[in-house]
Amino acid sequence: MRPILMKGHERPLTFLKYNREGDLLFSCAKDHNPTVWFADNGERLGTYRGHNGAVWCCDVSRDSMQLITASADQSVKLWNVQTGAQLYTFSFNSPARSVDFSVGDKLAVITTDPFMGVTSAINVKRIADDPSQQSGESELTITGPAGRINRAVWGPLNRTIISAGEDCVVRIWDSETGKLLKESEPEVGHKKPISSLTKSADGSHFLTGSLDKSAKLWDSRTLTLIKNYTTERPVNAVAMSPLLDHVVLGGGQDASSVTTTDHRAGKFEAKFYDKILQEEIGGVKGHFGPINALAFNPDGKSFSSGGEDGYVRLHHFDPDYFNIKI
Amino acid sequence: MSAGDKSAKPAKMRWGELDEEDGEDLDFLLPPKQVIGPDENGIKKVIEYKFNDDGNKVKITTTTRVRKLAKARLSKRAVERRNWSKFGDAIHEDVGSRLTMVSTEEILLERPRAHVLSWLVECAYFQQLRGLNFASIAALVTSDRIGVVAFTGAKADETKMAGDNLAQLGKGGAVLMVCRTCGKKGDHWTSRCPYKDLAQPPETFIDKPAATETAMAATGATKGAYVPPSMRAGAERTVGSDMRRRNEENSVRVTNLSEDTREPDLLELFRTFGPVSRVYVAIDQKTSVSRGFGFVNFVSKEDAERAINKLNGYGYDNLILRVEWATPRTN
Repeated sequence: MRPILMKGHERPLTFLKYNREGDLLFSCAKDHNPTVWFADNGERLGTYRGHNGAVWCCDVSRDSMQLITASADQSVKLWNVQTGAQLYTFSFNSPARSVDFSVGDKLAVITTDPFMGVTSAINVKRIADDPSQQSGESELTITGPAGRINRAVWGPLNRTIISAGEDCVVRIWDSETGKLLKESEPEVGHKKPISSLTKSADGSHFLTGSLDKSAKLWDSRTLTLIKNYTTERPVNAVAMSPLLDHVVLGGGQDASSVTTTDHRAGKFEAKFYDKILQEEIGGVKGHFGPINALAFNPDGKSFSSGGEDGYVRLHHFDPDYFNIKI
Repeated sequence: MSAGDKSAKPAKMRWGELDEEDGEDLDFLLPPKQVIGPDENGIKKVIEYKFNDDGNKVKITTTTRVRKLAKARLSKRAVERRNWSKFGDAIHEDVGSRLTMVSTEEILLERPRAHVLSWLVECAYFQQLRGLNFASIAALVTSDRIGVVAFTGAKADETKMAGDNLAQLGKGGAVLMVCRTCGKKGDHWTSRCPYKDLAQPPETFIDKPAATETAMAATGATKGAYVPPSMRAGAERTVGSDMRRRNEENSVRVTNLSEDTREPDLLELFRTFGPVSRVYVAIDQKTSVSRGFGFVNFVSKEDAERAINKLNGYGYDNLILRVEWATPRTN
């Protein structure tokens, strides 16, 4: 395959997200402008201007009309996907790290970082149908975990919130009361900070990637460990194919040591693993910095990766990818 | 003459004209083309008639299955979005800004054990590189391949050929790709080891006893120069030279042997001149084909001399043998 290289960002990529139909790709980077691209040819559709800090995460509504972005400028913004206009700004007193729309797009879960004595928190906001009626009130605020909460997503039926972060523990919270329901056990859980978390297409299980050089597959309801994928690099990003039983892990050495070593020693490939057999299928090379973001197109026929090098690489699979046997 | 003309006045046609005219103009004599179907199974029949080269009427029935191709599933909304106007920084995008590029490099999903394949990819890459013009090489500089862009055309060519050979050997299973620097099997060759720079300097890498270094210092050899094992400290020199002398004694070199010649054949040929102590035919280790020369040692020098006189220029297995003393005699 000949990947499409998209160089719209000046700074390292942080997050990638496809919309439901898989025709738009949203990219977030440490520069201040989230960008939307056409996912088939990589043409840039537009940028969302207004943030004043690194943008860490985004999510798009099911109808692809609203975009929500979490930024280090201590704000979360709602955007009109089509025009790039700001609809609403949620202000926080610490940087916002991750954001996720609930099923139905009525709620959004936002995590904020520990900052200047403020502890990290998980906030649930109600998203109004009409942006002019939008309020900044939190429905629920959960505090507790130590360190940054790198990702929080909605569990099945919006009943739970799944969070993971720097304290290496995956937690499941009740989304109504904020009560802690389940916690991953230290023996089976990650040994180092969890950098990424992604749900399967049906939401029944999710994958976490950690700096302990492994990724783990968990059941969304029971929080039982299903599979473990070990690799030889810290994992920064994970993705799951919605079509095949494949898992993609991206990562690489610490960004600060990239310039001092050979690019081949950096292990900047996106590694494909068989989801069930936990065996490596192959690697896709190309980035010359660690991979920070991975996303699978909802049709499973292409995937994109965003790296510390500022490039988004959009890969449309060759036909023989779909017949790979281990 | 058009078909319309003919059908208007067929009576005017004469048989002599018919012969001269080519088959195409006779098509009006044939029944019309029939198309049947496609039926519910998608089977479509087309019946055609035509004249073959001998002028005979031939009925051709073509049966085909018509299948509907799956339409690309694009939602209405996605098509609509396709026509959205640009916004943000994308409005003022220069034509030459080249934000979106297609990779010049073919990226494959590299299988973990497919090391031979990855070699071929490398080779293909070099081939591709040769064909690139300067502008595209400049474009490559932005990619991570900057290290190999430094090759000149000729060098890249060489590397490619070498690569091909290695790949062929790899195919035959003759060579196992083992990196001498990091000890990794099947991933890369030593020269491409990513840990090359991280590895220890080569001086400390050669496995030689510590005594060698002191011996070298004693003989005044430059540090790091290669010292053959027989010259190293602790090696028994006298034994080595003795053995060499014995091998050289009455040794006859036979060259221009045919590939089929083996040691028993040589023995049979040379034993007629006297007792033979050793017969050796050089065999290529990899291909196990004779390299076309061998050595025969005689017990007595006279026998060897007679053999040389008799067999030098002797026709053996369609080839003219060349038989001589193994080492040029000074006396």
